[in-house]
Amino acid sequence: MTSLLKLTKKDFTSDQEVRWCPGCGDFAILAMVQKLMPELNIPRENIVFVSGIGCSSRFPYYMNTYGFHGIHGRAPAIATGLKMARPELTVFVVTGDGDSLSIGGNHLIHALRRNIDLKILLFDNRIYGLTKGQASPTSELGKKTKSSPFGTVDRPFNPMTLALGAGATFVARTVASDTAHMTQILRRAALHKGAAFVEIWQNCPVFNDGAFDDWSERDVREEQLIKLEHEKPLVYGKARDKGLLIGGGFSLERGSAAGALVHDEARDNVALAMALASLEPPYPQPVGVLRAVSRPTVDALAREQELELAAASTKPATLESLLNSGDTWNVSGEIG
Amino acid sequence: MDASSAPRRAARNLEHAVVRFAGDSGDGMQLTGTEFTREAAMHGNDLATFPDFPAEIRAPAGTTAGVSGYQIQFASHEVFSAGDQPDTLVAMNPAALKVHLQDLKKGGLLILNEAAFTEGDLKRAGWAANPLTDHSLDGYRLIQIDFEKLVSLAVEGLGLPTKDAARCKNFFALGLVFWLYSRETKREEESIKSRFAKTPALAQGNLRAFKAGYFYGETTEAADAPYQIAPAKLQHGRYRNVMGSTGLALGLIAAAQKSGLRLFFGSYPITPASDVLHELAKHRRFGITTFQAEDEIAAVASAIGAAFGGALGATASSGPGMALKSEAIGLAVIVELPLVIINAQRGGPSTGLPTKTEQSDLFQAVYGRNGECPLPVLACRSPADCFDTVFEAARIAIEYRTPVIVLSDGAIGNGTEPWLLPDVDSLPAIDPKLAVDPAGFMPYSRDEKLARPWAIPGTPGLEHRVGGLEKDFVTGNVSYDPQNHERMTHVRAEKVARIADQYPPLQVAGDPEGEVLVISWGGTYGSVTQGMMEARAAGARVGHLHLRHIFPLPHGLVDIVARYRSVLIPELNLGQLRLHLRGQLGIESQGLNKIQGKPFHVAEVRAAIEALAMKVAHARREIA
Ligand code: SF4
Repeated sequence: MTSLLKLTKKDFTSDQEVRWCPGCGDFAILAMVQKLMPELNIPRENIVFVSGIGCSSRFPYYMNTYGFHGIHGRAPAIATGLKMARPELTVFVVTGDGDSLSIGGNHLIHALRRNIDLKILLFDNRIYGLTKGQASPTSELGKKTKSSPFGTVDRPFNPMTLALGAGATFVARTVASDTAHMTQILRRAALHKGAAFVEIWQNCPVFNDGAFDDWSERDVREEQLIKLEHEKPLVYGKARDKGLLIGGGFSLERGSAAGALVHDEARDNVALAMALASLEPPYPQPVGVLRAVSRPTVDALAREQELELAAASTKPATLESLLNSGDTWNVSGEIG
Repeated sequence: MDASSAPRRAARNLEHAVVRFAGDSGDGMQLTGTEFTREAAMHGNDLATFPDFPAEIRAPAGTTAGVSGYQIQFASHEVFSAGDQPDTLVAMNPAALKVHLQDLKKGGLLILNEAAFTEGDLKRAGWAANPLTDHSLDGYRLIQIDFEKLVSLAVEGLGLPTKDAARCKNFFALGLVFWLYSRETKREEESIKSRFAKTPALAQGNLRAFKAGYFYGETTEAADAPYQIAPAKLQHGRYRNVMGSTGLALGLIAAAQKSGLRLFFGSYPITPASDVLHELAKHRRFGITTFQAEDEIAAVASAIGAAFGGALGATASSGPGMALKSEAIGLAVIVELPLVIINAQRGGPSTGLPTKTEQSDLFQAVYGRNGECPLPVLACRSPADCFDTVFEAARIAIEYRTPVIVLSDGAIGNGTEPWLLPDVDSLPAIDPKLAVDPAGFMPYSRDEKLARPWAIPGTPGLEHRVGGLEKDFVTGNVSYDPQNHERMTHVRAEKVARIADQYPPLQVAGDPEGEVLVISWGGTYGSVTQGMMEARAAGARVGHLHLRHIFPLPHGLVDIVARYRSVLIPELNLGQLRLHLRGQLGIESQGLNKIQGKPFHVAEVRAAIEALAMKVAHARREIA
């Protein structure tokens, strides 16, 4: 896309010193988002970043746009109010696995079901970083952390099946260590009209180092990740010789590339997207756009309804007429 | 021809009357009461109402748990409360009689639906013997009618199923009470037709039941009935009847219009605050966004987000919801954005008494957040006062960039009274002073009110970040500097304290000095005003100060207190304003506290005033 506004990455970089730990996966995401912004060709003043609490939620301070660092878990709610009041703004939500899947789970699912036009970036590091290393709702079963020294006994959420179940119109996953892929996915999310949900695997070198190494390290990626591409067969492997096909019991099965299913992100029915999102090792993990369908957004619908109401009303929209509606009377006696 | 134009007996003049309609939750008592109230208003009476209903939508039929009541006082003079004791009680079933008989004035008129006094219903209501036959009702003037039979005769030929016919009996009762107080029936007949326009048979049924009730009046032998109550001599102007929750909604719309801002109202259903959402949702064509959020936290958080975007953000809830909102309210305090938060108080703690009134959230409003977290708190005193109070709250919120809590309560929200419509042009304009100039822009610079700039997204050159972390005094960047935190804490407190500088001067009603100063707040205004007037008429020297501004407190309070020998603070809690005034200003006082989910009776307030006045006078004599 040509940049008509002629903005650059620098225009989106605030003067604040970035305070994440050295080596944190957040840096790569920040740099990438700052670089992506000019491409969107949206005036800087019309972009807002809203976040909750956690390492990732410091993000808005580093973006030279409007920004709101909220309270724990509530970013989707704050952003929803903002977007309903000002539908013309482009609103991003930056959140983490603890922020949006634990304390803020309710707001996340409702933002998705309403299809409010927000771009929700979930930095998933499968740990609580800012509070120094407790198990999060995406920590794998049995994980030993400060809050679970003998291993967790509660099963994690799968962010993508959760989003699909909530009716999200755009669901994707990417990996912070793969800039090219992340750029591509975040661009798609930014351009989606409606609630766009992106799970970004982000390494926390301090409290959960290497959480995604088994899938995302360069040497294993091609075998362990399956890159979803619209209308392309679901194939993976160094030699692109393996594929996913429909097996018995409504499940996906591994097979040869030849018989692989073709990925269709625009499919209305979520069953296949669910099946893909639910794959567990030794199956490859899907990255890319799982679902992208077009639905009216709640912010647009609310405005449309408001305009229809205004057009349908025979009374003037003045305060005078509103206050005087219903039965009124004058004290002098005559009835109005 | 409407019913009331038929020839009728001469009516006796009264100055005021208190009527209570009581029946099962399914008997339509709230509708009956509301209809009677509308006619009283249109007749020109001053009035106050007290609807009282159970938390269950349909508690087991016929039990005392399911009794729903609606009380109205209407008069040819100014009215301050819904009245202590009804002059007329309509009881649709034994349970309603069981609950409400104790309140009926001795010698009062009791209208009973005889058909409901079956053995089973008597037992369900907990009557050991039938009160119709065991002299329990001696001492009252009884009108005992088989509503069911008369209604079924009246609706004969309409082809109404028996169940629907039975549902018309509240209009029979309404018709009878219309006759009793010589009310015009024309408007009510029109109202029935339009209300049931979609079901013509039911409209006809209710109309006939209403008329049958009215005509039945002519045949009763109730001593000295009917009555009439002349219109009240109220301040000149145009009036409408208003429910407290409607007044709150209209006040918010007015503030949005007067400030040129979009109103964003985020809310989660909760009794008794939901009516504000219902009312606003009807008026979306005025450029209002109403948002039913997924929970209380999202309701307030969305309003804060909208405020960041330059809307007048507002939310309403009740105690339990306010508890959930408190973290976000703290956020609004630290980011210094305008926000109006309405709390329709109810009995607590926890779920408490959802449909009953109480004033026990004062501490929560003033002190109930983490950190040093001051914000203005205002309280409405009556349904007609809701509009002005919420309008002022919105003005303060916008001008000072602060969340403001408005305390209402269940009785105010559901209650009704005539409202002198404000002159729209004379309502003050509110200037939101949105920041537009990038030259030298600092997000936390301050004006003479100590308010910071409101710079909204979409404004080029003012891109900035706000958030819950402490901010630098000037740049607004995150700051952990200890001196800066102390300075910011002081400036937030000082900003709120300065709001008191622009309050109008305090007005004391009654005696300007004397034995007792009664200080009240919120919904007790009416009973305290009336109680004070009666105590003065009986010879006590009493002043009354009613506070709208709970925080910051108005200037001059201590000087006024000094003019009286004692201070009485009646509250529907265990003494929260008392402790607040003692803590903030060192004012010592006596409390009158009631915590039954009900408003004060005038007699309770009067007795407390007189007792205190006597004690003070006695002490004085002893010293002398
Ligand atoms: S704790 Fe982990 S997630 Fe947080 S900044 Fe440090 S490395 Fe990043």
